[in-house]
Amino acid sequence: MEFLSYLISGISLGSVYAIIALGYTMVYGIAKMLNFAHGDVIMVGGYISFCGMSYLGLPTVLSVLLAMAVCTVLGVVIEGLAYKPLRAAPSLAVLITAIGVSYFLQNAALLIWGASGKVYSPVIPVTNAAGEPNALRLFGGSLSISYISLLTMAACIVIMIGLTFFTSRTKLGKAMRACSEDKGAAQLMGINVNATISTTFAIGSALAAIAGVLLCSFNPTLTPTTGSMPGIKAFTAAVFGGIGSIPGAFLGGVLLGVIESMAQAYVSTNLANSIVFAVLIVTLLVKPAGLLGRYVPEKV
Amino acid sequence: MKKKLFAALMAMVMVLSLAACGGGNNDAGGDSGDSSDGGSGGAAFKIGTIGPLTGDYAIYGKAVANGAKIAVDEINAAGGDIRFEFQSEDDMGDGETSVNAYNNLMDWGMQLLVGPTTTGASIAVAAKAFEERTFMLTPSGSSVDIVIDSNTGANRDNVFQVCFTDPNQGTGSADYIAENYPDAKVAVIYQNDNAYSQGIRDTFVSEAAVKGVNIVDEETFTTDTQTNFSVQLTAVQSAGADLVFLPIYYQPASVILTQANQMGYAPTFFGVDGMDGILTMEGFDPALAEGVMLLTPFSADAEDERTQNFVKTYQAAYGELPNQFAADAYDGVYIVKAALEAAGCTSDMSSTDLCEAVTAVMTSLSVDGLTGQGMTWAEDGQVSKAPMAVVIQDGVYVTP
Amino acid sequence: MKRLKKHTRTDLITYLGVAAAFLAISALRNNGALSRSLTGQLVPICCYMSMAVSLNLTVGILGELSLGHAGFMSVGAFSGIVAAMSLQTAVPFVPLRLAIAMAVGAAAAAIAGAVVGMPVLRLRGDYLAIVTLAFGEIIKELINCLLVGYDAKGLHVVFNLTGGKTVEDLRLGEGGVALIKGAQGATATATIATFTAGFVLVMITLAVVLNLKHSRAGRAVMALRDNAIAAESIGLNVTKYKMMAFVTSAALAGAAGALYGLNFSSLQATKFNFNTSILILVFVVLGGLGNIWGSLIAAAALTVLPELLRAFSDYRMLVYAIVLILVMLATNNAGFTAFLRRFLRWPGRSTGKEAA
Repeated sequence: MEFLSYLISGISLGSVYAIIALGYTMVYGIAKMLNFAHGDVIMVGGYISFCGMSYLGLPTVLSVLLAMAVCTVLGVVIEGLAYKPLRAAPSLAVLITAIGVSYFLQNAALLIWGASGKVYSPVIPVTNAAGEPNALRLFGGSLSISYISLLTMAACIVIMIGLTFFTSRTKLGKAMRACSEDKGAAQLMGINVNATISTTFAIGSALAAIAGVLLCSFNPTLTPTTGSMPGIKAFTAAVFGGIGSIPGAFLGGVLLGVIESMAQAYVSTNLANSIVFAVLIVTLLVKPAGLLGRYVPEKV
Repeated sequence: MKKKLFAALMAMVMVLSLAACGGGNNDAGGDSGDSSDGGSGGAAFKIGTIGPLTGDYAIYGKAVANGAKIAVDEINAAGGDIRFEFQSEDDMGDGETSVNAYNNLMDWGMQLLVGPTTTGASIAVAAKAFEERTFMLTPSGSSVDIVIDSNTGANRDNVFQVCFTDPNQGTGSADYIAENYPDAKVAVIYQNDNAYSQGIRDTFVSEAAVKGVNIVDEETFTTDTQTNFSVQLTAVQSAGADLVFLPIYYQPASVILTQANQMGYAPTFFGVDGMDGILTMEGFDPALAEGVMLLTPFSADAEDERTQNFVKTYQAAYGELPNQFAADAYDGVYIVKAALEAAGCTSDMSSTDLCEAVTAVMTSLSVDGLTGQGMTWAEDGQVSKAPMAVVIQDGVYVTP
Repeated sequence: MKRLKKHTRTDLITYLGVAAAFLAISALRNNGALSRSLTGQLVPICCYMSMAVSLNLTVGILGELSLGHAGFMSVGAFSGIVAAMSLQTAVPFVPLRLAIAMAVGAAAAAIAGAVVGMPVLRLRGDYLAIVTLAFGEIIKELINCLLVGYDAKGLHVVFNLTGGKTVEDLRLGEGGVALIKGAQGATATATIATFTAGFVLVMITLAVVLNLKHSRAGRAVMALRDNAIAAESIGLNVTKYKMMAFVTSAALAGAAGALYGLNFSSLQATKFNFNTSILILVFVVLGGLGNIWGSLIAAAALTVLPELLRAFSDYRMLVYAIVLILVMLATNNAGFTAFLRRFLRWPGRSTGKEAA
């Protein structure tokens, strides 16, 4: 029974990673850049929804929508001010700029919301009015799955399916895929590459806001550095699954969460991250492009 | 072209750096945001604090800077013989930056140091302060390694602490648990990459072995994993622990309490001074902390007038309840003041002369502060004050 | 000067520049003209310079993005500390002890570099980057679990896997000292690092990297960077040259780490986290990939910069972030540079593409 509860906590944590990784992978697929500030957009999403609920007294759904709106705008602004001018620059220059943006967001959050952590109340309260846990009880109550875990998993699956549909069926989605294949050719076909990239950032940032809300519901503290480690983990998850691949990001995220949870439970909590990273290394040695990534042999 | 431009930019930075650094003592540092001078000027002692004002540990550094600032303002407003000029510097909780901050304060002309805030940084700065004979009183650096150089065994005679040392807290907690919960099955959850947490845990475990406390499980976490404790809590619960010892800071502790409640697991939680502040966290439901025990020197709910005034001023200035770090720093400034009075120092003395004079009187001093009545110091710099075990009931500390 | 090759001239100027800077700063320091703040940063600056040059070997010359360089610094730092502290009585002459410690740090980091390099260098691009990041984090967590002590019988090492061990498990004899205490790190290091040692370190790093760059092996490495398949097809041993560059880079980082570790009485493994790796990478990118003197200047300038920004107090790191973004935009965006040039009346050449 313990095994099952570790497994479930792993899957729900992994679902959060997966949502973040989906945002990462979208942006990477099209802009070919590692957006290290993605984790910090998550943090901003968490803070905005916290402010919506606590200070403005908005209902949960409205707070989440507010967070998504703010993050979308933020994502587009960051892209326009910091990344767009560097479209022609070497990819490392963009990477460093992304890190600068990450520092900027963290320190701005520190100044705006203060250093003291905020305790985030989950979007589904832990207990209901009668004081009973809001959880699904199985096997006569020996295994309980909180509704927030269920919501996280459901959200993750819905987003994954939605994105797959979006990129394969809609015009904009197809434009994105075209841009990620060959920007020059896409432009010749009449696709506005810059606008497409901005849209990708907008979608990625809106996903980050959702991830922020779920992450904070799951890990109930909110500090200016909340997003950095999940950001790195999600990046790992995206690479694990094959960066640029939407089902890959989903699979990588969930597996990463499960491995982390199992490593903590059965090996050592001290080395949980190390074990996650070690599995990643071994996987990449066997499959150099990640689990579902396409291995493109270099042409001479 | 690109390279030239880059070179020009870099040259500008270098020139700026020489201009700013070379100025040395001429630059009074008065333009810095956090400085506040002693009023009419001239006769004020220059004291400084160091702590993480940015980064992961910023809550603690901010509390220290704010607490010290309140004490300085009070002392200056009272208009006695001793007045202070005050400056706080950021060290991001990092040893290298902390030494930089210390040097920066020395360039400013600092005479006495109330800092640094975190343990690792305090050790790095203590070695410098001992070497250069600068008086140092750390409000919250709790390791014995700060006051004693374990390599040479030498006691850093001019370095003192306001807070309890780790062994003090670890043994204190083990003794208290052995006495009051003799049959408890105890589990420990500690932070494996934090000097403070590991220090208390080490001494707790060795004292527990002596006193026959039954430790059934130990779980760890790191800074990177301090946001989710479901695995540790499940393990502790299945080990059958009915008392969980948490030698950790209040931020991760708030997560543990929240998640334990979600799991429906309700052992007795026992914390140390780092737990203080949990009730001040924004959004934290105090009901979750019901019945939590902690050893703490400071309680923002204390009835005495000084604490009440301090809490009121702090809330007015910074919009939140002060925690133990703020109180330690506040006491630190008053301890320095008492020592300066006892030694009859004047502000025109050099930092090294002040260091010798103040060090000489520290061991014979007895100071009443927010974090303890009649605090005294041993030769080795450790403070002696009574830890107070409190239990949280209805969102306030109650002495059991 | 005319008969010298262009790169030889650049190298000579780099060496002379470093030596001149060392002499000038030493002179200033002896006259007391240097602020304490800057004096205190001299050794870390030398370490970061050396780190930047060594990372430039991996990123600029070998052309592989490494996000875990701080891990090698960490290995060097802690092994250097253990060496220096356990040789306190055996080698009373301090500069020699420091040199041994740095050599031990370099050796330990070279071994770590070989262990990491073997799997890592089979990967490419961003996959390689993420794996170096992973190794950096693994090294950090392993050292966090490490307990090392020294007594009359020699070194004692315990690995604290589940968190149940303490310093007492080292079973140190009378007069024994715990050198590395897990998360608490090294807490009683005798600080023997000096600015002169830092200068020597930078010079050695420069000599190694510049000589390698201009040697046959170095040209092979650069050929691999520019076109791996073409290089392989003319018979270059890919693994050998990649490993050579990677391990050399790790060893130099280890020596720098040892010097860094011996400059502070306390050091924790968390210091060498992802952010430190990134910081070094920023030095390299800002100084220019493959540009050695650029790395030196960027390392020095960006180490001093946060200290200069202290006047901004709470806004310090925010300003640092803005400066970083602006510098990247200024050096990489043609429109922006053209604007700056007009503004500063910069006598520039055409805006043709230049190798970064």
